[in-house]
Parts: sequence; C-alpha cells; structure tokens
Amino acid sequence: MKLTLHIWRQKNTNAKGHFETYIMDNVIEDMSFLEMLDVLNERLILEGKEPVAFDHDCREGICGACSLTINGIPHGPEKGTTTCQLHMRKFKDGDEIWIEPFRARAFPVIKDLIVDRSAFDRIIQAGGFISVNTGQAPEANSILVPKKNADTAMDAAQCIGCGACVAACPNGAAMLFVAAKVSHFAYLPQGQPERKLRVLKMVEQMQKDGFGNCSNYYECEAACPKQISVKFIALMNRDYLKASFSDEKSELIRNQLA
Amino acid sequence: MILDGKVPTGPITEKWDKHRFEMKLVSPANKRKYKIIIVGTGLAGASAAASLAELGYQVEVFTYHDSPRRAHSIAAQGGINAAKNYPNDGDSIWRLFYDTVKGGDFRARESNVYRLAQVSNNIIDQCVAQGVPFAREYSGYLANRSFGGAQLSRTFYARGQTGQQLLLGAYSAMMRQVGLNKIVLHTKTEMLDLIVINGIARGVVTRNLLTGKIESYVADAVVLATGGYSNVFYLSTNAQACNVTATYRAYKRGAFFANPCFTQIHPTCIPQSGEHQSKLTLMSESLRNDGRVWVPKNPGDKRKPTEIPEEDRDYYLERMYPSYGNLAPRDIASRAAKRVCDEGRGVGPTGNGVYLDFSDAIKRLGKKVIEERYGNLFEMYERITGDNPYETPMMIYPAPHYTMGGLWVDYNLMSNIPGLHVIGEANFSDHGANRLGASALMQGLADGYFILPYTIGHYFATTKLEKVTTDHPEVKKCVQEVQERIKKLMSINGKKTPTQFHRELGKIMWNYCGMSRNEEGLKKALELVPKLRDEFWSNLTIVGEEGDLNIVLEKALRVADFLEFAELMLWDALERNESCGGHFREEHQYPDGEAKRDDENFCHVAAWEYTGIGNKPIRHVEPLVFEYVPLTVRSYK
Repeated sequence: MKLTLHIWRQKNTNAKGHFETYIMDNVIEDMSFLEMLDVLNERLILEGKEPVAFDHDCREGICGACSLTINGIPHGPEKGTTTCQLHMRKFKDGDEIWIEPFRARAFPVIKDLIVDRSAFDRIIQAGGFISVNTGQAPEANSILVPKKNADTAMDAAQCIGCGACVAACPNGAAMLFVAAKVSHFAYLPQGQPERKLRVLKMVEQMQKDGFGNCSNYYECEAACPKQISVKFIALMNRDYLKASFSDEKSELIRNQLA
Repeated sequence: MILDGKVPTGPITEKWDKHRFEMKLVSPANKRKYKIIIVGTGLAGASAAASLAELGYQVEVFTYHDSPRRAHSIAAQGGINAAKNYPNDGDSIWRLFYDTVKGGDFRARESNVYRLAQVSNNIIDQCVAQGVPFAREYSGYLANRSFGGAQLSRTFYARGQTGQQLLLGAYSAMMRQVGLNKIVLHTKTEMLDLIVINGIARGVVTRNLLTGKIESYVADAVVLATGGYSNVFYLSTNAQACNVTATYRAYKRGAFFANPCFTQIHPTCIPQSGEHQSKLTLMSESLRNDGRVWVPKNPGDKRKPTEIPEEDRDYYLERMYPSYGNLAPRDIASRAAKRVCDEGRGVGPTGNGVYLDFSDAIKRLGKKVIEERYGNLFEMYERITGDNPYETPMMIYPAPHYTMGGLWVDYNLMSNIPGLHVIGEANFSDHGANRLGASALMQGLADGYFILPYTIGHYFATTKLEKVTTDHPEVKKCVQEVQERIKKLMSINGKKTPTQFHRELGKIMWNYCGMSRNEEGLKKALELVPKLRDEFWSNLTIVGEEGDLNIVLEKALRVADFLEFAELMLWDALERNESCGGHFREEHQYPDGEAKRDDENFCHVAAWEYTGIGNKPIRHVEPLVFEYVPLTVRSYK
C-alpha cells in the first residue's frame, strides 16, 4: 500500500519543530509500524539525509521505550497496543498518518520523536519501592497473599512506564503511572509498612516534575497499552488523603522545615 | 594455557559455605572507600548495583537506555526456577543442579551450577519481599508451573511477564539507592572501551548518546552486566540495541572469551514474514505446557491445519521424546523442528514453520483456563500475525535467543583481567552448551544479589590498588583510541548503511553458524566475514554529526564490533569438533540425528585470547571435571 507520512522533525530541545511529509510506497501489511519507519530511515540515510530519531528497543511491547503519537493518539489506533506491536494491516492504502512525539510539559522533546521521560525514574526513586536490603527477606511462603490481591497487584504492576497516559491526558498528568505503582504495593502485605510515606513522596515528586492533576478525563486508561484501570487513581487519592493526616506527613513537614 | 577456575576444594555441597568463610572481608568503614563501576542495568546489573550500594560501596552505573527499567531482561516471559519443592514433587537443590548440568550437556562448571541451585531459593525470598507479584494459589501460597527440560514444577512466574516484574523489583531496589545518593546513575551512556592499567581493570570509556561526548570514568573494579550477543544473527529475540561491544572490547583488552559458539536457538518464535523484519518475537516456552507441536505427516500437504485429520498429523516431539514430549529441552526441540522442515513438512508461506496447537487443551480445560494462562501471549500473536490462536494453531519456528558463551570468569565471577567482573548472560559460567528455560533470570539475580557482593569484597581485601584518576596517561590513550575509531567511521563516506551490513552478517551467521554447523560451511563463513568487514570499512555511510544524538553512528559502532566478533564465534565453532547442546556439528551425530559429544577431546571450556584483527585467536582450555553428575549421553526419550 501507499501512505503519506507527516512526521515531526525537531533538531533539539530548543529548536523549533515542524512536520515533514514523506511518501511511502510498497508498505507491506505484515510490517510493524516501526519497521515501516526503519524502511523510511534506510532510504533517508542512502539519500544522505538524517533519519528520524525515535525511541524503541524490545519491539515486543514490554520495555516501554517506543512512544509515538499516531494520528493524535499515543501508541496509535489499536487498543491495548504499543507502537512497536502496531502492524500496518491496521491501515489502508492511501492513508495519511501524522506522527508526533509524546507531548507533555514534563516530557521535553530531545530530538524528533524522542522525549525525555526521566521524570518517571525520579518518581520511582522518591518512593516506588519496598525498603528491603538484599539478604533480609524471610522464607517466601511465610508471606501469604490472597490470590485476588496478588492478581490485582499484578494488574497494576504491569505498567511498562511508557508515558502514554501522560501524553493522552489534557492536563499532562502522571496520575495513572504513579497510581499503578502505589496500588501494586498497596495490595500486598509487603507494601504496608511504607504505604503512607510512599504515596506522599511519590505524589510530591510528581508535582515537582511539572505533571498536571487529574480531572477524570480517563484518556489515560484508553491510551494505556496495558489497559491499566483508572480505579487505581481512586485508590491513590484515598491513600494520599489518609496519609495527609498521618504521623508520616507531620514527619515529612518537620524534615522539610529542618 | 590451562585456565584455573579457582574452584574451592571439598565436597560440592560445602564449597560455597567454606569459600564464603575463607574469603577476606572489607570492614563497613572501608567499603565506602571503594568505587565500583557497573555497566548494564538488567537483572544482573541492577541487582548487583542495589546490593553493593546497600553494603556501602560507592557505585556508578551505566546504561544506554533512557531508563534502567528498559533493559532486555524485561522481556523474559515464562518464569524463574528455584528448588523450593513447594509442589512436593521431588525437587531439591541437588536435582536442580543435576538437571542444569545435564541440560547444559556437560559443558558447565559443576561447582558454579551447584552454587546457583543453592542460592535459587534465596532469590525467590528476596523477590517476594520486594513485592514482586508472583502468581498465587487460592490459599495465598506461591504457585508453580513446569517448563522445558524438567519433569517437575519448579518455575515461579508472574503471568507472562516474569522478567518484567523481577526487573522492576531489582530496578526499584537500585533506584532507592540512587535516591539515597549511594549510586550515581548515567542513562543514555554507552560503554565503548575498557580501561586497563598495569594489567588491572580500572574504568570505562563511554559515549553520551544525547551529546556524543566521549568521557572516561575510573574506579577500583569494573562489573560488566551487558547481556548476550544473539544479535550477531541480526534477527533474534533480543532487543534492537543489544550488542556485543562491552564484552568484545574487554576481550580486545585481554579478557578471554569463553565458548562463543554456544548459542541458544529458541524453538517457539513467530516465523519471519519478510525482508523488512527487524526482530523475531518469542512466544513463551510455557506454551509448550499445553500446546502440542505438529506438522503434516506428508510433505507438501497444503490443507488448512484445521482440515488435516488426526491420522495425517505428526506430533513429532511426542513421538520422538515420549517421556518429555512437548517439553523437550530447547536445543532438541529446535533441531527437531528444523529436521521436519528440511524434510519438506514445514508449514506457512515460507515452509519454515511448525504448528503449536491448543485445540486439545481448550477441549480439556476450557477456553477460560487457557485464556487465564496465556491470554496476553495469544493476543500478542494475533497482533503480529493477524491469526487467532484460539481458532487456528499458532505457527512457530526457532530463532536465536540466548548466548551461553561469554567472557570467561573464575568461581568468583572475575575474568582473567583482575578487577574485571562479569555477571549474568555476559559471562559464560552456568549453562554449559544449552540453557534450560527459566534459568536465565535465576542466574542473573544469583550473580547480582548473592554471589558478586561477597566475591568482590574478597578482591578488594586481597589486592593493593594504586590511586588512579582520569588524568592517567592510559586513560587518555584509551579515550583517544575511541575518538579515532569514531572519526574513522565518520569519514568513510561510502554507500551502504550499518543496517545493510548487519543484515548481511546475520545471514552468513545464520546459514553457517546457526542451528547446525559443519566444517565446510564454517570455513566458508571464515572467508565471507572478513570480506564483509573490509567492505564495511570502505563502503559505510553515516549521516549526521558526531557530537549529537546520532542513531546511525550508534548502530555503526555496534555493527563494527559484531563484524569482528563473528569471526571469533566461527573459530570456536570450527575448533569444537563435536556436537553438544546448542552447538550441533553435522559431522557428529547419532544415526537418529541426536548430538554426539566427544568427552575425550572436548570436555572443557574453550577460552579465546585476542591476537589482532583478522588473526586466529589463541585457544586456551579449562578442563571440566564431572565428579557428581556422571557424564552420560543426554537422553530425553
């Protein structure tokens, strides 16, 4: 099939970006979306032009590196699918496709379609963990987890950290990403001791990094390649509210004043 | 040279305990004086970084990803083995040890494998404590499943995303230490060379992938956790960026590369669809628990799979290996698939495919159970191929997946260059000539959480290290060499892209050094690879700037090293004149086509020493002694 691509090109963070148009002949339906871009890039290199820079790695939908906004939708039109798993059979001959980076205030463009998502690492660093050192663990089966809770924890834990939720949100909020991590631990007995401190610290970091707030558009859930539910945002809000009146909060304020 | 693995003396069951007692310690106050560089943030790198920082060492971590969580360990689907024996089906440390040695076709170091089995249980404990959401029974206890190469259920799993969950566990432990300022993390930074000063590994030279800046870092020890080299085949299940540069550069600086020809071809991947293909996608081996593998009995049977009656199907794994059936180990299942396809019985548009059929399992267990077990994998298959595996059998074919070979290390996971430690897939140690399913995650985490943190302390406590800064002439020289290499690549101005060369290399390696190998083919490849390399250095084109984010240059640097490394792999495959595990030499097989080992001449590790580009490297050996698992023909019949 023949396609017309309008791709966002931007030299670096401070440069002004623009769309460039490329005509693609002979696109095969078994190609993945990124393989189609590979073909374009090979052509550009042979023409002596700079190829389109885009993030990608595992190409099996799990590493969370790929990050394109395709026709206005993060990861494109197929539900529950990352860009790398999107195949060209979802498009038809003559289609025009607009390809942009993930757009959000907290994700500055680095080059072309690559954005800086290091804010996610900073949020995890702030509290997205259970503080157990290597060697401290008790026998695994001494910690029982009801199957239902383990399954729900896994539903949240499968977040791949791609940032589609942020790109899809009109407010540029990272609530689904943070809620997924908070809920993963909140559903497990191992996560209880630090539950309050965790949600306080992660939310604080999220705000520092310039993410917006949630106003229930639910665009995040619709764009999430793992289809993580917005119900976790509700859980995080409850936990955050409770934690705001806890000893942990007082201690945080004391530490900040000191 | 005969290499010494420095295996402790005494009975195998006591070696590790005894060694842990005999190793020298570094006191807590002194630990913070030592700096460790870790390259790679997969399971091995992240777990080592977290554990070493917790102990008090200064740790500096490098990854070429934008976030450490994207390392390719994340893609492991099936599970992680441990000898917990929760299902009460007869498992033990001894049996896990035995299965792994046998599964590796008697080409791994016994003592290392035993230690791996010993710490396997600690890994599960640690991961549960970190909050890894393993699958549970209704009772709340941990669930297990079976896997290829084992007759019992010892595999722990988190749906089809076990690697992801274990990596997120290790990553979050590491990020906690980053937050505590115990770890300095460098993302988008790729190691391009190893700094060796007076014979001791002291640092790395890196390229900042965002700015192109070449930098140097020095430390008291260097740990490589940089994964495997399956991408030498171009098409593999590895991620796009996986490459051999870190370990190959260490090899060029004097580290020995062990058993490079031991590569694993995974039996259950989605077949290639065309020339544009950029990678092959793995379908978890766990599918073989319930899926039945078959091809038509008669060559050229073009009927739809659902129209082929039972009597015209050949469930060849069940027929050839009745006691393991569809769960035969990976190398055996892969070769069997190749054999039936070579007979003209392969299916799909290319004839390079076999069916993996769930219709019996759906009849037996119901669609819901199958959906629960494999739902995400079925969806993934449908997205890629457009076929619905609930209705028509999947088509699968083997693909390069894992590399058992790697840098040679002793029992302490240190290479022959003092100070250079190598962990995870990047070393050669535990899987011999074939890795069993669900053992890669186990080994990566064993090395990082429970082995290296002890052995690296012993190295510091017993080695006197001079003070080194980045102003040292050797550091400057190394930086200059990297800069010259880049300048040279940038100035070729030829007509072919790095990817074109990579694809050509991959074809040579797959055809002559893939699932089966022979002397004639290997010798031919040894002529083709240097020719391709010469062409690369005279006809490569790179666009863009050196001092900028440049994806063409990144790729060119990696392909340049693959083009040298491939030759090393071919030499190893040629000289290992026997069949074992994933290394199948057509000259050495039993009449039924099974691999024929030559224990008299090849019961050893081959560790290669670099002697210059294009020169034949020197082959050193480390003899392997099997005191506890007697050498036998590996039968899964």
